Parts: sequence; C-alpha cells; structure tokens
Amino acid sequence: MAKVPVRFTLNGSEKAEFIESGATLLHALRDKIGDTSPKGGCHQGTCGACSVIIDGELRLSCLTLAETCDGADIRTISGLAAGGVLHPLQRAFLDAFATQCGFCTPGMIMAAKVLLDRTPNPSRDEVVEALSGNICRCTGYEPIIQAVLTAARANSQNAA
Amino acid sequence: MALALQTFSTVKDANAALQAAGTRYLGGGTLVVRAANEGDVSVSSLVRATEPALSTIAVAGDRARLGASITMAAIARHPELAWLAPAARAVGGPAIRNMASVGGNLFAPAPYGDFAVALLALDATVITEDGEAPIETFLAGRDTSRSIVTSVTFALPRPQSFRFLKVSRVKPKGVSVLSIAALLQRTEDGTITSARIAFGCMADRPMRARATEKALLGCRLTPEEIAPALAAANQGIAPITDPVASAWYRAEVLPVHLGRLLLA
Repeated sequence: MAKVPVRFTLNGSEKAEFIESGATLLHALRDKIGDTSPKGGCHQGTCGACSVIIDGELRLSCLTLAETCDGADIRTISGLAAGGVLHPLQRAFLDAFATQCGFCTPGMIMAAKVLLDRTPNPSRDEVVEALSGNICRCTGYEPIIQAVLTAARANSQNAA
Repeated sequence: MALALQTFSTVKDANAALQAAGTRYLGGGTLVVRAANEGDVSVSSLVRATEPALSTIAVAGDRARLGASITMAAIARHPELAWLAPAARAVGGPAIRNMASVGGNLFAPAPYGDFAVALLALDATVITEDGEAPIETFLAGRDTSRSIVTSVTFALPRPQSFRFLKVSRVKPKGVSVLSIAALLQRTEDGTITSARIAFGCMADRPMRARATEKALLGCRLTPEEIAPALAAANQGIAPITDPVASAWYRAEVLPVHLGRLLLA
C-alpha cells in the first residue's frame, strides 16, 4: 500500500509521519505514533471510544482517514494532564467513580471537554446530549454525568 | 483494511476518478469508512474533492443551497436554518454530526438518513456533476448513481410550515424507529391546501406518504379531521426490520407518531 506524508499537531507536538493511504486516524495514532489513549471499540462510529478533538471539534478517529488530517490540530486524552496534574475532568471522573473498566473513559472525557470548552456551565440535559454518542457498559451513565457537572462547577469556582 | 485515497481539488476530476471499479466517494466517512472497517471488499479505493463550493451554505431570497460536504453540525448551528436544526440534530451524536454530510445522508440506508427525509418533504433538488434531479428521482436511482453530489437546493418554507419528528428508543440519541417530516401549507383558518409528508424507515430509503398527503387536503389539524389521514398512513409502506424494531412495530406506531406531529 502506498504511503503518504502527513503532518499534524498532536497534543501540541508536531508530528510528521508516512502513513498508509486510507489508514484511519485511530490506526495511525495507536499503531504508528504510539498514542494508545483513543480506544478502538466498534470501528463503526457507534461507541465513541475513539473520540478525539480535531481542530476543536469532536470526531471519531475510527472513521477519519489520517491523511485528511494533514495540518490539523489533534487532541487526545493523553495530552490532557498538565505537568503531572490531572485535568479537572479526569479528577472528577476518578472522584465520582465514573470510571470502571475505563475503556470508554477517553472518549467520554474528550466529548465532555468539547462541551465545557464551549459551555462552561452546562445543564444536565446539555451534558447528556454531549455524551450521547459515547457508550459505557460498566458504570451506567449517572456517575459520568455527575462527574462532568462536578468538573464544570469546579471550573466555575476557580474562575470566580 | 487500508484503502488508497485520492484527493482532487475539483469535483470534475474526482468524478472522473470515481468511475473506476471499486471506487467510492469519501464524504464525511460515516458510511464508506464504516463499510471498509466492516470488511466490505467491494471498496478498494476512495476519492474526495476539496472544492470550496462543496462546503458552502447559501441562504438567499427564498431558496437555500447546501453544499454536499456541509455537516449536520454546521446546519444545526446556522442561524437562518434554525427551523431545519431538529432534522440535523437527529443524526447521531455530536461526533457523528461533526462528520456526517448532506451528500452522504442521501445515500444512507434505513434506519439512517433522517436528514434526507427532511429534504424529501422539502422537495429538494439534488445537484450532481451530471445535472439536477428532484430528490425523489435521485433517491430512487441512488444505488446505481456514479456522479458526485455537489449540493442540494430547496425553497425556504413559510414560518411554522415545516415539522420534523424522529422516534428512537434510546434518548437523546438512538437509531430511528421512524422519522417523519411534513411540509404543510394552510389558509388563515388552518385548512390544509398543500401537504408533503415523508417517512423514514418505512422503506429501505425515505419515501413519500402520498395517501396521507391526499387525505390531509382540506383538513384542519384537529383529531377528528386528520383521522382519515392517519388511517391512510400505512398505505404503500414496507417498513424495515432491524434490532431496534420490527416492521410490524414500526407500522403499528407510525399513525400514532404522525398524529402527534400533526397535532403538536
């Protein structure tokens, strides 16, 4: 299979790779670059486990071809913690017992991050809507929803 | 399975490349990449076009034009298309809506393709590299179409004349049990003078509800007057059966939800 050069920014770092034409971003991230934080669940766009943020928008890396991301800014959960300190969403997921097996957590948190970036004080319905493309088979959704609301409250208190 | 992707700056060049056997067009990726991931060996290469017109929304005068690459998310947040936002928001969760395109939705098999149901009710015109076609004609021939869709256009409906409903079992996002779009023209006393009703999941692709449309003419939106239209809703339908709902269930609940949409 022909390989094509692809350059993008991953969690603030420049990446330049030769990637098989037609390979998904999920494949490129996990198997080529070594960022295994996006999880391959259904590969059908149904579970949301592979969710990443591309140029500020939530996208599914299993359905995105890597070469279409040339020049893009890509964010995964592995770049969320800063200086060894967990992001408020990561802390809230731990504190609220919103993580069980943890497989869905990267996608959930990236979906929640997009929401909080745009809507710092979301309603419960807005949280539910934001997470509606992400499936969890362990916790039920209530702890996850509460974790996102907790992180939002923490953010607003820090900003006050 | 990895696929070769060819990117072209013009639709014309992409359309020429699309004629090769085993080649599919890559829009948002939610259909074709999914198919490839699922092991569809009929897809061996992909083409895409980056022509700017594909990513343009134009609302001018009494018409709207949506470029084929426009996403559901872009429609949902467009201030002049707020009346159409419920149909765009019916498509998947946030990540899917950031990827799923207008052009791709026209090819989505039931139970997907909710936005195409809305476009059918709006009597949209589908514009391809080969020319223009009424959406009903386009949908009927979409399985053999080898011409790239560049845009859809439609007349802007009068305020409050367009209605859309998606029914799913998982809230707020789930696969459709059914979807309904309605475009109703009414006189000042509420009498219906024109009706275009489209159903999703009542066939393998969006379909017109002609018997219901005919029965609605001259009615006002009261339970008594729309009763014949609801009774006619099941005429000509062939609902799909999938893990979400059986054909029997879809047919049973269709008149109920149609009634709720009309009386809302």
